[in-house]
Amino acid sequence: MDICDFLITPAEATRLHGPHDRIVMSSRVRLARNLKDAAYPGWAKKPERIKVLETIRPAVESLPEMKDAFSEAMDNLGVLDKQILVERHLISREHAAKSSGSGLVLNRAETFCVMINEEDHLRMQALRPGLQLRQAWTAIDHLDSELEKKLDYAFSNELGYLTACPTNLGTGIRVSAMLHLPGLVLAEQINPIIQSVNKLGLAVRGLYGEGTEALGNVFQVSNQMTLGENETTIVERLDKVLLQIIEHEENARQTLLEKKTKVVFNHIGRAYGVLANAHSISSKETMNLLSLMRLGVDLGLFPAVERSLVDELFITTQPAHLQKQFSDKLSAEERDLLRSDMVRERLKNVSRPSVKPLKPGN
Amino acid sequence: MDEKKMCSVCKEKPATLFFSKISSDNKKQNLDLCDACAKAKGVSDDPLAFLVPDADVMLGLGAAQEITQTTGGVDLKCPRCGFSQADFKKSGRLGCPECYEVFAEGLAGLLKTMHKGTRHTGKSPEALRRSRDNAERFKLLQKKLAKAVEAEDFEQAAKVRDELKDLTPRTAEPAKK
Repeated sequence: MDICDFLITPAEATRLHGPHDRIVMSSRVRLARNLKDAAYPGWAKKPERIKVLETIRPAVESLPEMKDAFSEAMDNLGVLDKQILVERHLISREHAAKSSGSGLVLNRAETFCVMINEEDHLRMQALRPGLQLRQAWTAIDHLDSELEKKLDYAFSNELGYLTACPTNLGTGIRVSAMLHLPGLVLAEQINPIIQSVNKLGLAVRGLYGEGTEALGNVFQVSNQMTLGENETTIVERLDKVLLQIIEHEENARQTLLEKKTKVVFNHIGRAYGVLANAHSISSKETMNLLSLMRLGVDLGLFPAVERSLVDELFITTQPAHLQKQFSDKLSAEERDLLRSDMVRERLKNVSRPSVKPLKPGN
Repeated sequence: MDEKKMCSVCKEKPATLFFSKISSDNKKQNLDLCDACAKAKGVSDDPLAFLVPDADVMLGLGAAQEITQTTGGVDLKCPRCGFSQADFKKSGRLGCPECYEVFAEGLAGLLKTMHKGTRHTGKSPEALRRSRDNAERFKLLQKKLAKAVEAEDFEQAAKVRDELKDLTPRTAEPAKK
């Protein structure tokens, strides 16, 4: 099955809303689990990995939440389809590199995505739009409780859920949110914020997680420590910190508008100018400029534009999504041309930013 | 999809750690490091005062050394999966759930630096939780029974004995699985 026939279209995806979604793009809670009597995927030989996949996959598929789910072995997915899943933040880059012996189960609504034999036998995640960490935790907690009836988890009273990497030991939880923080970046306040967030034992990463750049001013904030605290404490702490970051971002935007009006208008105006007129543009530049346009929308500079227009372009201009629309294999240069065509076309009817911003709404 | 970035220091190996710094005049500076150079440069918590390096990788590297030290250089091997500490040094990951017992000594210090505590206080599988609760209750009732017998309160002793009897089959059930 073609993954794009299953996935929610980018247009639909950008119409999903959640609390604070002008800054928090999405919330995610992931749990790492392993079977008691099998080697971890990174050490197991292929037959053992296949056996684990064959044990776990039907168990996951049988959950009521996974009715009509997309379930596939990774070796049956093409490179492009895997990359599309990465660009949608449904699977990790590491998982996209897997083939035989690994699998994926994704529910219809794209609120649950289970990776089988990634770094651990099971990496199950609940996803929600906007800031909804508690909801995501409750959902994945329930899914996990259902699954534990069908599978024999590796668990120790002392150390909790046993994971391939000691950094995930205990609760096996990673709570994270994707934040759009152009205000803090423009106001040059992002570094001190990242440092203080780090001091609280939380990690700040780029758009695609570990070891990636903060393209488009998108940052991922997540817990690092998984042992010695319970899940609720971890969720609550992250929630509190995120609310503070949201406040800082809002304040930064307000201050920029009041004190550095010209700087902000210049950035946004130039971003619009390039996006609406370029004839070749890279994925990276597109994301960084779309981020500024998104800020412009939030600040009321594009009164006729919905944020979803920008968000949709944010998805569709990424390399795999772009390639998917064309049957011939494109070179990076060809993609840059086609990308600019697509962006120009979408912005054809968008008038340039109004210099008198409306009162920023929520 | 992306072109592979090379390490900014040795320019030979592909980079695995990426840092960006945005300076005051809004220029972006990139520093991409391969594992070897990151290690050689001692990249720590605060490189260029920006993104903290990937903790999993950094901790993984330190972890292997720590394990070797505590085992006095003897290459310990997991009897279940054949994983050795040399393998841990390479990957920063363990071989199977049993490895945690095999390498427990070496891991203890590492876990202390990595996490908030060294004892799990979160969720546990329902079946296990039930049997653990029952085991605790079982011990408590046994004490209560001994006390009642000692006090020659036979009515109470009979009651406790019945409670114990009720508990026993349920304790045995999850253990069978």
